[in-house]
Amino acid sequence: MHALVAIDWHVIWLRIFHPNGVFARALWATVYISVVAQFAGVLLGLLAALARMSGFAPFRWASAVYVWVFRGTPVLVQIFYIYFAFSWPTLHFGFWTVTDAAVAATVALSINEGAYMREIIRAGIDAIDRGQMEAAKSIGMTYGQAMRRIILPQAARVIVPPLGNEFNNMMKTTSLAYTIGVYELFADAEQGYSRTFVADYFLAAAFWYLVLTTLWTLVQARLERRLAVSERGDELSFRERLYLAWNPWAAWMRGPATRGWWSR
Amino acid sequence: MGRLDARPRHTRVVEPVSEVVMRAQDVHKRFGKLEVLKGVSLEVTKGETVCIIGPSGSGKTTFLRCINHLEKIDAGRIEVNGRLIGYRERNGKLVEDSERNIARQRRHIGMVFQRFNLFPHKTALENVSEGPVHVLGIPKEDAIDKARVLLSRVGLGDKLDSYPGKLSGGQQQRVAIARALAMEPSLILFDEATSALDPEAIGDVLFVMGELAHEGMTMIVVTHEMGFAREAADRVVMMDDGLIIEEGTPEHFFVEPRHHRTKLFLSKIL
Repeated sequence: MHALVAIDWHVIWLRIFHPNGVFARALWATVYISVVAQFAGVLLGLLAALARMSGFAPFRWASAVYVWVFRGTPVLVQIFYIYFAFSWPTLHFGFWTVTDAAVAATVALSINEGAYMREIIRAGIDAIDRGQMEAAKSIGMTYGQAMRRIILPQAARVIVPPLGNEFNNMMKTTSLAYTIGVYELFADAEQGYSRTFVADYFLAAAFWYLVLTTLWTLVQARLERRLAVSERGDELSFRERLYLAWNPWAAWMRGPATRGWWSR
Repeated sequence: MGRLDARPRHTRVVEPVSEVVMRAQDVHKRFGKLEVLKGVSLEVTKGETVCIIGPSGSGKTTFLRCINHLEKIDAGRIEVNGRLIGYRERNGKLVEDSERNIARQRRHIGMVFQRFNLFPHKTALENVSEGPVHVLGIPKEDAIDKARVLLSRVGLGDKLDSYPGKLSGGQQQRVAIARALAMEPSLILFDEATSALDPEAIGDVLFVMGELAHEGMTMIVVTHEMGFAREAADRVVMMDDGLIIEEGTPEHFFVEPRHHRTKLFLSKIL
């Protein structure tokens, strides 16, 4: 209770309105690790999903083992193993430096994410009627063409909502990279705390995580709307979605059909 | 749209030379233990409309799907335009062809499905131009122009930019026919194209199919529409239990069928 009453508003104020250069780098680390890891995770997941549906049995087995191992072990263990078992380069892009620990964390999170994305992507592809593949083949498309032009664009609509959840999770999971010495948002808060023993550094970090996840919610709403193009007319507008996302009571009043994909 | 039977049959354009478009020889197909096709042989010549009728489970649809290799066959051979479909001959044995070659051959074989299978994320125009642009490599503007003409021909000139979700069943099926036509195939397969439609839409779709037959398109039509078989077919084929049991002109078929199972089937359905 003590902590609740005694919020150090000075620290919060500084962290939110006067972020310094060190803090900005930490925030940036959180952003780029999660974006790169999610992107790579989607690619790995797509590969694994295609391998799973392949007619060539060793591909299916490889895909199964991949998911079995990386979903069955803790991310933290994976991060530590990948960091300490291999040697990773430190990358320099002008004044932007990516430490070896950040590279290892990104790789570990990517591989871990791929295992989860495989199931999401496969479910998306499975949701598309078999007739679509047959129709695509009947106009002379190869399997690859049919996948690229007909199946995946439709599957994307099924994939994006759970993908959004995954990315939301990813941004928060990057805090584990702190444990191998990556200077990201949580590490910055921890540094502040150990210097001053003011717990409100964590509160400020929480605020910034919330900013990131909220921004993503908005991007996701826009993405889903673009993908819903074939149903244009009965979809909610971007502005309506924003309104409903921020006003649960209004969403409730409008009834279940308009509350969003999670309630459909 | 007028009625099908308003069109006199004797005005059909008759090709001078009969050239075989599709030849199936002794086709066998089994799903596990169930033998669906037990040796089906059929020849279809250029410009001909062949209707395949028969009770459900007789193998009509499976046979049709074998013709463009949506189903593999276990024995026999199917040729379209004199080329073996889905298989290659190697040392006197048939081995499955490469995916690329199969796709290449399917360009010449249109297919219209019972459940339309339009691409829901593309407009009517994009559905029709998809194949010409991305399979045949025709410039986009030309393909769009052609698609526009085809859609007007099937009576959908005002629905070019509609998504399939906004079209009725009959309209969707006509888009599907235009999509097949856009590839300029030498043969179109119709798989119970009207079974999922309401009576009015059936008339519209059958009208378009009748026009095609009349213009000399080579068509193999699996159907339960006996009216269409009688009016538009050059030949009717009766399948039962994985075999073709009777074959003949519509006149022969609907007036004096020989096989007792054909009689039984027709008496049930007419």
